Amino acid sequence: MSVLLDVQGLQTRFRVRKGYVYAVNGVSFSLEEGETLGVVGESGCGKSVTMLSLVRLLPPAASIENGQVLLRGEDLLQLDLRHLRDVRGGQVGMIFQDPMTSLNPFINIGTQMSEPLIYHRGMSKKEALARSAELLEMVGIPDGEARLREYPHQFSGGMRQRVMIAMSMSCEPAVLIADEPTTALDVTIQAQIVELVKELRDRSGVAVIWITHDLSVVAGIADRVIVMYAGYIVEEAPVDALFEDPRHPYTVGLMGALPSLEGETGTRLTTIGGSPPDLEELPDYCPFHTRCPYAIDRCRTENPMLEPVADASDRGHRAACWVDIREVAVQSNGAGASS
Amino acid sequence: MSQNDGKNGDPLVRVENLTKHFSVRIGAYGETKATVHALDEVSFDVQRGETLGLVGESGCGKSTAGLTLLQLHRPTSGKVFFDDSEVTGLSDKELRPLRRRMQIIFQDPYSTLSPRMTVGNAIGEPLWLHELASGQEAQERIAKLLDDVGLNPAFAFRYPHEFSGGQRQRVCIARALACEPEFIVCDEPISALDVSIQAQIINLLQDLQEEYHLTYLFIAHDLAVVRHISDRVAVMYLGRVVEMAPKEKLFDNPLHPYTNALLLSVPVPNPRQERQREHTVIQGNVPSAISPPSGCRFHPRCPLAFEPCDHEVPEWREVESGHWVACHAV
Repeated sequence: MSVLLDVQGLQTRFRVRKGYVYAVNGVSFSLEEGETLGVVGESGCGKSVTMLSLVRLLPPAASIENGQVLLRGEDLLQLDLRHLRDVRGGQVGMIFQDPMTSLNPFINIGTQMSEPLIYHRGMSKKEALARSAELLEMVGIPDGEARLREYPHQFSGGMRQRVMIAMSMSCEPAVLIADEPTTALDVTIQAQIVELVKELRDRSGVAVIWITHDLSVVAGIADRVIVMYAGYIVEEAPVDALFEDPRHPYTVGLMGALPSLEGETGTRLTTIGGSPPDLEELPDYCPFHTRCPYAIDRCRTENPMLEPVADASDRGHRAACWVDIREVAVQSNGAGASS
Repeated sequence: MSQNDGKNGDPLVRVENLTKHFSVRIGAYGETKATVHALDEVSFDVQRGETLGLVGESGCGKSTAGLTLLQLHRPTSGKVFFDDSEVTGLSDKELRPLRRRMQIIFQDPYSTLSPRMTVGNAIGEPLWLHELASGQEAQERIAKLLDDVGLNPAFAFRYPHEFSGGQRQRVCIARALACEPEFIVCDEPISALDVSIQAQIINLLQDLQEEYHLTYLFIAHDLAVVRHISDRVAVMYLGRVVEMAPKEKLFDNPLHPYTNALLLSVPVPNPRQERQREHTVIQGNVPSAISPPSGCRFHPRCPLAFEPCDHEVPEWREVESGHWVACHAV
């Protein structure tokens, strides 16, 4: 497979009153044609900012300080706005978390759906509407033609997310960036949306970047996963390797913190004590060391790079950690959040 | 923790046919009156010392159940008993001493703490209101409570904005504990928190339950969390409880098709298993509670629906010891 998207050394920071918040700190990853990449992390870890940086959809306080984003060899960070607009919604489709706010309440669904088709595909209004109706049926909204005249408030949350998916796929993008598309939805609706995206992906061959805080969702949809913490990628691996052989203490902690639908229930959940760091300075230490049960002296003085792990089952398995956690027995740390 | 199978062992809280309807105005100008059937003839009990999990999707009435049970909403009909005495129909003044014994923790720790009140005052308020402690004694109690929930007692003089979400939720828990309640309604206490913080709060709630012999009604939409923390679980759909059982029975042998569908919808954190799993998702959306479907409210989405389902409300019955279900097909 060939590389579709190649991100190198991406750095994004936000200007705040006291200085800067370093949201994304030298993130590098690639995405192959047709691949689904899961991006996992907790709030504030930089996963959304990273993906918004790719197409420069950032708020004014944010600035991309460094890096390159090559989409089929073309650096999106160097493009002028007019060409970038062709990429947004054209080659790169996006779905956001909250389908309640990503549609304009004053404009009917048909007009909103036609917009990208007219802009990117040069369709006439009539053609665009006809295509929109087909797209609605494709995402499982029956009677598409009639529903084009309706307004967002006439759709339920799950239906709105379907509309967003139809819009994002309408110009046959090469990459679909889905930013927590199911977080605001109920679990039965989430299952419907996940199945829908999988089906569309398999049919169209679009590459998907699926951002989520929910490891379980990633297990079902991703080929490869990156785990982010404090603006860094701390682990990257094919999905099976990540779940069966996690190597970064943070990934291990996240998995232990998940209650399960099977197995014993009398056990205590393992927790990650404390809370994530504020990112007001660039750390010259491992950003996770204050919460890490494996931390050694080196973690306090040097920030580890993302490097291939030892004895990996897959060459693509990389982690940013000074410790080989398989060699260290560790006592589970209790809820040490009192600091 | 549960020595019973839902038999009438030693219920601390008993709810009988609890119903709550809200009047609303709909239409562009609010010209039409309508009734939201938020809660319809719900019956369950919570045994002393146990955790009863209450799950369902948004809008199913699980929060309304918690609030109505505590008389924070007055029920439309039905009865609530606390420690064998009826609380429905009591005046606000008569309820006051009972409120000390029944507390609640809400979902969003950002909006439930006053930004202008120090954390110590927020925790101390119930003490002063119920005249349980004052002066130095109150300060000591506040320090002890902060320590109980894993926060530094010196934090009492800080304001909520200085705390993270998880820490704020700890403050809310300390406040709920302040007047030494027996029963706490936990209304989605971890939904707004990150995974690693969720686990901390779940462990804390379990530790406190053991230490203070608390009884919980744990409301949540996350089935895995409910399975972890509960002794028994009740599943709600559109204002009614459809199934209730000890958690092993409910998760290993779900009887109601909705419970089954819910369980099948939850993704498992295991890629190999996810690939092999059958992905039958239930179709459609939850209908409006303003005009709920007749008969069994789940029938328009139910794969097992047959003749009586669309006009006959299924009976709430005990199919085996402790396992209750409302379904014609079972």
